[in-house]
Amino acid sequence: MSDSILVCEGLRKRYGQIVAVDGIGFSIAEGEVYGLIGPNGAGKSTTISMIVGVVERDEGTVVIDGQPHDARNMKTKALIGYVPQELALYQDLTARQNLWFFAQLHGLRGRQGKSKVGEVLETIGLADRADEAVSGYSGGMARRLNIGIGLLNRPRLLILDEPTAGVDPQSRNSILESVQRLAAGGVAVLYTTHYMEEAERLCDRVGIVDLGQMKAEGTRRELVDLVGESDQVALQVDGDLERVRRTLADVPQVRQVSGEGSRIDLLVEGARALLPRLFEIVAGTGATVRSAEVREPDLEAVFLHLTGKALRD
Amino acid sequence: MRGMITILVKDLRQRAKDSTLIVFAIVLPLGMAFILNTVLGGANQDFKARYAVVDADTGAGNAGFVRQVLEPMRESGVVTLRPVAGVDEARALTQRGEVEATFVVPANFSADASAGRPATLEIIGSMGSPVAVQVAREVAQSYAAGLHSVRLAVTVATPPGTAPGDERAAALAERASALPMPVSLREDASALRRQLDPTTYYSAGMAMFFLFFAVVFSISSIFDERRAGTLTRMLAAPVSRPTIVMGKLLSGVLVGIVSMAILVVVTTLVIGARWGDPLGVAALVVSGVLAATGLMTALATFARTAEQASNWQSVVAMVLGIFGGVFFPSAQLGGFTALGYLTPHKWFMQGLGDLAGGGSLQAVALPVAALLGFAVLGGALALFRIGRMVHA
Repeated sequence: MSDSILVCEGLRKRYGQIVAVDGIGFSIAEGEVYGLIGPNGAGKSTTISMIVGVVERDEGTVVIDGQPHDARNMKTKALIGYVPQELALYQDLTARQNLWFFAQLHGLRGRQGKSKVGEVLETIGLADRADEAVSGYSGGMARRLNIGIGLLNRPRLLILDEPTAGVDPQSRNSILESVQRLAAGGVAVLYTTHYMEEAERLCDRVGIVDLGQMKAEGTRRELVDLVGESDQVALQVDGDLERVRRTLADVPQVRQVSGEGSRIDLLVEGARALLPRLFEIVAGTGATVRSAEVREPDLEAVFLHLTGKALRD
Repeated sequence: MRGMITILVKDLRQRAKDSTLIVFAIVLPLGMAFILNTVLGGANQDFKARYAVVDADTGAGNAGFVRQVLEPMRESGVVTLRPVAGVDEARALTQRGEVEATFVVPANFSADASAGRPATLEIIGSMGSPVAVQVAREVAQSYAAGLHSVRLAVTVATPPGTAPGDERAAALAERASALPMPVSLREDASALRRQLDPTTYYSAGMAMFFLFFAVVFSISSIFDERRAGTLTRMLAAPVSRPTIVMGKLLSGVLVGIVSMAILVVVTTLVIGARWGDPLGVAALVVSGVLAATGLMTALATFARTAEQASNWQSVVAMVLGIFGGVFFPSAQLGGFTALGYLTPHKWFMQGLGDLAGGGSLQAVALPVAALLGFAVLGGALALFRIGRMVHA
């Protein structure tokens, strides 16, 4: 891809006996939002840390804007804007001082630096409280500042590691809109999340990661096609769940059975037509269906299809 | 270089808001110097014992003790001497604390001593004045040792069977006691110069002791930044790891130098500490700060958390301070005195002692070299291991 801002191949990282990342590779084009989705511990953050250069990779290559990238390459590091998952702020400094410090680390000084800090403060809506210590900020304000620092250097590649974790719906919406605006301006965005609805709304392409491996990647449509015409059915059942699951797995239209507790997740063909029969089968085992939900194929269903487990397991 | 200064300025801004640092770098050393100087400094500086003497001896030999020993001490101002008529009165005075010790010279003391018969010089001491009593005891023992030497000379020089009180023996004794001492003592001028007055001693000692706590904050901030996630953010920025480390270390060095400078100025102006030649003091302070930073950084690289590093650093700072002689002269450590030279504190205090004699930069070359040696040793170990600290 000639206009790729990020190309990484064969990324591998091992911690002792544990393989955290096992051969992950993908690319992101200019103006593209690429979502990396997977449950906690899937290897998303380690992958990002290797791309950013804060964790040494065991194997693999990273190319940013056509230049080989590693922790010692200051030219390529200067092209990255990084927003870590946890708040990474100096609580005893003000928002302006936080921004000014990181702006200087990115080589922004003097009038240019101050102008950029002011611009970012406006963008994140903290201009009127810029000179207050961060320790007095609400969670949403601190989260916005956390993102703002990643925007200081006008990055070619913006990496956001679960930026909406713990954020209220209003702030979340604002963050997603900001990301869309940046991408429209030509910034390549790598976005990790375990919220499927965010990935579906925001990402042009999605990579599904589990157990350190890339299970599949593509556009939403391409990924959903992997599931075929299957629908997702979620049943809440009282009774002998193990027996119910075994019985349902024998139904020809049921492609996959999973779930935990009293919940049973099914991937089925023609869910609406099949639903009455599913109720009968469950009743036949002596169990009772308390509720049923049918969903069209989505990324959650894709994840279930690819990994055999729900994303939030 | 710019990145390093950026990190340095940010750290200094944070440190300036940190009251704990101000307490350790300024308040505690100043407070301790004032307290120790008040409690201990005055006592050492103005030692003067109050003695009494009961002189029941009328013989000529008594002149050797009262006139030749006690009177010169009184005239030199080291002691006050109060003649007392009897032992009971002397005991009462001593018990009331009006005198700290009484010399009791019994009747016939001179005659017995001259004739070689047993003679006793009694000391009545106050329980509350152990130092003054010990000095009195030493004075008396020294006199007794002198008499013993004379008696030994007479015994050797007279034929066997000579009766005590023999004229020839008495003449020999008189001649022997009149002989000049074969070995005389004089004041060691160089040693005196190396002796810091108590005010300077405690000011310098406390400054050096707490310096090791003051520089710790900059090193420990690496742990704090890692915990807060800001270290990861710095690592993601286009600055190298050595730049981050050097920025941190430099902030520790600057904090150390500024706090030491404040302590030097304040103790000089407020309690009259005499640090010596400014250039020499500056060389000692800078090399001392570098040594403290190097050693404390090296130690921190072995820790996993800020708390662990802080605990280890406190223990090491305390041990180094004790052996380095910042609380009391390291000579009092007996067999462990030489261990003091393994501490920066000892070299720092020795350097100030050299300056107290009127020396300048040249006089502190060896202490400064030793302190820089500690800095290089600690710094090299720290740089070798610090990669373990600076990670996401």
